[in-house]
Amino acid sequence: MKYTVQIVGVGGQGVLLASMVLGNAAMDMGFDVAMSEVHGMAQRGGSVLSTVRFGDGVVSPLEAAGSADMIMGFEPVETCRNLSLGNRDTVVLMNMDPVLPSMVAAGFEEYPSLDLLKERVSSENPNTITIDATDIAVKAGKAVAANAVMIGAVGAVKGFPIPKDVLLKALMSQVPEKFRELNAKAFEMGYSAIA
Amino acid sequence: MADLLNEGGRSLLLGNEAIVRGLIEAGAGFASTYPGTPSSEIGNILEKISSDAGMYFEFSTNEKVAMEVSAAAASSGVRSFVFMKHVGLNVAADPMMTLAYSGVRAGMLILSADDPSAHSSQNEQDNRYYSTLALLPMMEPSTPAEAKDMVAEAYRVSEELGLPLLFRTTTRMNHARGVVRFGPRRAVKAKGHFDKDVAKFVNVPAFAKLNRKILLEKYAKAQEMSEASDLNFEEGAGEVGIIVSGVSYAYVKEFVSGASILKLGFTNPLPERRIAEFVRSKKAVIVVEELEPFLEDQVLRICGQNGISVPVYGKRTGHLPRAWEYSPDVLKGISGIVKVAEFPEPMKVPDVVLPSRPPTLCAGCPHRGMYAAAKKAVGKTDVVYCSDIGCYTLGVQPPFSTADFIICMGGGAGAAGGFDAVTDQRAIAFMGDSTFFHAGVPPLVNALFNGHRIVMVILDNRTTAMTGHQPNPGTGRDFGGVSTDAIDIEALVKGIGVGFVESVNPYDVKKATQVFKDALAYDGVAVIISKCPCPLELKKSKKLVVGECKVDSTVCNLCGTCLKTIACPALFKKDGRISPDPVQCIGCGMCASVCPRGAIEVRR
Repeated sequence: MKYTVQIVGVGGQGVLLASMVLGNAAMDMGFDVAMSEVHGMAQRGGSVLSTVRFGDGVVSPLEAAGSADMIMGFEPVETCRNLSLGNRDTVVLMNMDPVLPSMVAAGFEEYPSLDLLKERVSSENPNTITIDATDIAVKAGKAVAANAVMIGAVGAVKGFPIPKDVLLKALMSQVPEKFRELNAKAFEMGYSAIA
Repeated sequence: MADLLNEGGRSLLLGNEAIVRGLIEAGAGFASTYPGTPSSEIGNILEKISSDAGMYFEFSTNEKVAMEVSAAAASSGVRSFVFMKHVGLNVAADPMMTLAYSGVRAGMLILSADDPSAHSSQNEQDNRYYSTLALLPMMEPSTPAEAKDMVAEAYRVSEELGLPLLFRTTTRMNHARGVVRFGPRRAVKAKGHFDKDVAKFVNVPAFAKLNRKILLEKYAKAQEMSEASDLNFEEGAGEVGIIVSGVSYAYVKEFVSGASILKLGFTNPLPERRIAEFVRSKKAVIVVEELEPFLEDQVLRICGQNGISVPVYGKRTGHLPRAWEYSPDVLKGISGIVKVAEFPEPMKVPDVVLPSRPPTLCAGCPHRGMYAAAKKAVGKTDVVYCSDIGCYTLGVQPPFSTADFIICMGGGAGAAGGFDAVTDQRAIAFMGDSTFFHAGVPPLVNALFNGHRIVMVILDNRTTAMTGHQPNPGTGRDFGGVSTDAIDIEALVKGIGVGFVESVNPYDVKKATQVFKDALAYDGVAVIISKCPCPLELKKSKKLVVGECKVDSTVCNLCGTCLKTIACPALFKKDGRISPDPVQCIGCGMCASVCPRGAIEVRR
């Protein structure tokens, strides 16, 4: 078994934390793990991509185009932009909360409608799951826990090779103690939203 | 961050973390750097843990100095480690070339972090050629786990040869993550003694001529060590052979089957006899390596010298690309020669116009204010904006477009002098505080010396921001048991005789604009120091006092001046109103400073 998750989003959304949680959970399962992260210039509000690969004989930190088993999209436009990382059988988990690029904020470019993005992604990919991770996180206590919601949702995806309790344990080990309760709650709510 | 000082156990480490663990296990006693992506995290980690590891560490003022301090350590019998990004090695190449002649007395590793695809760089140069240029041994790891173990072996080889060793990594090694098992730690020797030896350490022509011969003898010995090294090994079986190094090995190992692989970790000098023997028994050979045909050309030469006529495929035959980093996808180029995994058909990116999302200056970034002031002051004057390496490079984007010429660290100020001499355009140079200390002082002196009329803007945000907020001479040092005072940029600039020196607060865009106009009118070298700490750094150190901007929609007439001049990501035009995003806004007030109607209020 080999499994690849491509995590896409915007710098500051917690893409790196999510990749650390998935990677550590995979290590705890005894899988070989190889990951690749984006640091540096692109972090300043730019698009970010983390690759998490695990399974037997995994060495490569990058995956071929079209080969993702799951695209974990933290942001609708970024999910759409990176769809070629997967194929029609890929599970696309798509957070519907937009982060407006500065050129959109300043009125120089337009952000497409969320309904249009959802419709186009779903028509290309029959396994698309949408989630309002930020809304759920707010209900759990704080918007910043949206990444914990997303990780919980991943745990509920049918066929995902890492069980829920292992993911939750890895999440708890990655967040500071004072945020554990919030993150655990957000994780559970994310799980329930998909399961 | 994983605890890299742990005894035993395993951890999911970033390549850069694995390298630090390798230093700890190898008992390195001295490290130095100038920060540069993709090597920066090594410095951020050492800043925190070097004392506990019993190691001395410093952020040097530039890569050249970093090379020199580490050279002194290794010459005094202390294992040293100097690390930098690929272009940093250009700066440090001068001491490195002659250090090869002198040699060292304890192990010394020179880490070059190359950046294929130029993720965070201005070029994608292949620094492996420095090993053949300087006649230094070189090693290249493929994974974080291998990198950790390779550090100890690299020190052993460096010491046996008495030569510094080039430890060459790439972005997908530095920023890859993998499972690393911790090994035992060697005792650290952090203090040495410099035993004088003029013939060895003073390369006047008479000694340099002799040391050149000694270096060639060491190089021949290195060749034998490479032949015998376990870092070069064969695996798999097949009529087609693949010669591979670096991260490309991971792609080949996982996605190619039915081939015989010669994996090279000790890549200069190459194990020539081993390569000849490997190639001779194959029907065909493919060389898989990122960037230049460094291995491929040598394999072809080895074949030529040994009368081997096996076809060699790679970049020279057009099967593999020379530009940009590799991924499993590039293996499609050799699928006609060897069995490559079949990849599923990628989905199409839906046909929707998506907004661009380039990296951008943060909300409340003081560079925004200085650029807004520059644009306003310059107006229609024909200027050349020379920029430099740092966050402020992002001023290249609209609405600022304040970067017309960027080549290297400190290069903007040097070029500004040239533009002044050769054109009638007004030359302006933007440079950060860390860059100023790195390479900005000599071009400023040059402008004074040669009478170039330039405006130099030092964007002093009190940190080396782009690479992750390292201290620099302008901030002083306070870690590892060493405390030093900050060097005063204004006093330095005045001290060398600049006639126009003004410090401004870039959040006050109006005032900054006036100062900029005065600087443009000045007949000589003018320096503006834009003084304002990076809010991101303040946030990290929990010193940021967050305010909030409020727009009075009864006064705002939606003229858009704030959006067009500051373009702050926290300012939105939504539902017919300008409204700041309370999550991103830090209340710096730059937008209020440019609002012609005074419609924006700053609450602190």
